[in-house]
Amino acid sequence: MSHDAHVYVKSQTEYEYARKKRRESMRGQVTTFGIMIFLTLISFSTVIAGFSMYFILPVILLLASVQVVLQLYYFMHMSEKNHNVPAFFLYVGAFFGFVFIITFLTIVWWG
Amino acid sequence: MDFNTKYTPQSWPEHPEQATMEGKNKFLGFWLFLGGETVLFASLFATYLALKNKGPSGMEFSTETLFELPLVFVMTMLLLTSSLTSVYAMYHMKNHNFKGMQTWLAITVLLGLGFLGLEIYEFYHYVHIGFTYNQSAFSSAFFTLVGTHGLHVVIGLVWIILLLIRNAKRGFSLYNAPKYYTASLYWHFIDVVWVFIFTVVYLMGVVG
Repeated sequence: MSHDAHVYVKSQTEYEYARKKRRESMRGQVTTFGIMIFLTLISFSTVIAGFSMYFILPVILLLASVQVVLQLYYFMHMSEKNHNVPAFFLYVGAFFGFVFIITFLTIVWWG
Repeated sequence: MDFNTKYTPQSWPEHPEQATMEGKNKFLGFWLFLGGETVLFASLFATYLALKNKGPSGMEFSTETLFELPLVFVMTMLLLTSSLTSVYAMYHMKNHNFKGMQTWLAITVLLGLGFLGLEIYEFYHYVHIGFTYNQSAFSSAFFTLVGTHGLHVVIGLVWIILLLIRNAKRGFSLYNAPKYYTASLYWHFIDVVWVFIFTVVYLMGVVG
């Protein structure tokens, strides 16, 4: 049935090992969060510092992309196994999104 | 049926959200939905970028004069932190700590409400100074993009609150674990979209 599951009872050692692994991965998540906050701070301060537009635009777009990758691969667990099909779905969506943006930015105001 | 099986931390599966066929289907189906959401938001971003600062001649509103970075910064921090708290909730779910998960999700909801309150304030302020939805092509594109994101925040909040209330006395099962997991994925996705909104709309708007 669709709600059936195989039940496996871990031994005490296996259980403690799994807990330890999860704690370590959670520590990694907090580090990821720290990096994301840091990237956000750099983005905002680059804009407030008032550098040239041609410097700011690529930098903040790059930082946003890095932050989104961190969010997807760590917070949303895409780096774990069993995530090939989710990644495929998301990249197909992102591909179409990219094409939309290129299209709208180029042909809307032509002619 | 597994719905009534009581699990202990030792028998709780490593990936409770994908331990049943139902859970696997929800997981996959939800990622397909997120792929579609990516396309939805990309089309709204494309529209916004094409219509940015475009409107009737002599329009007094532009991204440079309109946006207030301190407010956007606070909103960003609230949403980013709420993303971390929902990671904590999923961590407790894997540890079979029901109370821990409910608590962290409740904190996520509070942070989300804070974000929503600031967004409502921001929109109210814009409308108050005359930047209404039908004021210009720019205002329509702006409110549609940021408003659609705000609508997602509302849906995410209602979804998580309903899960918290409905399962408060039930505890964990492999029936509700995928529901919690997909709700947390949805919440992270809201933050993914916001990263592009604060960069493309607000930061790039202030630059010009």
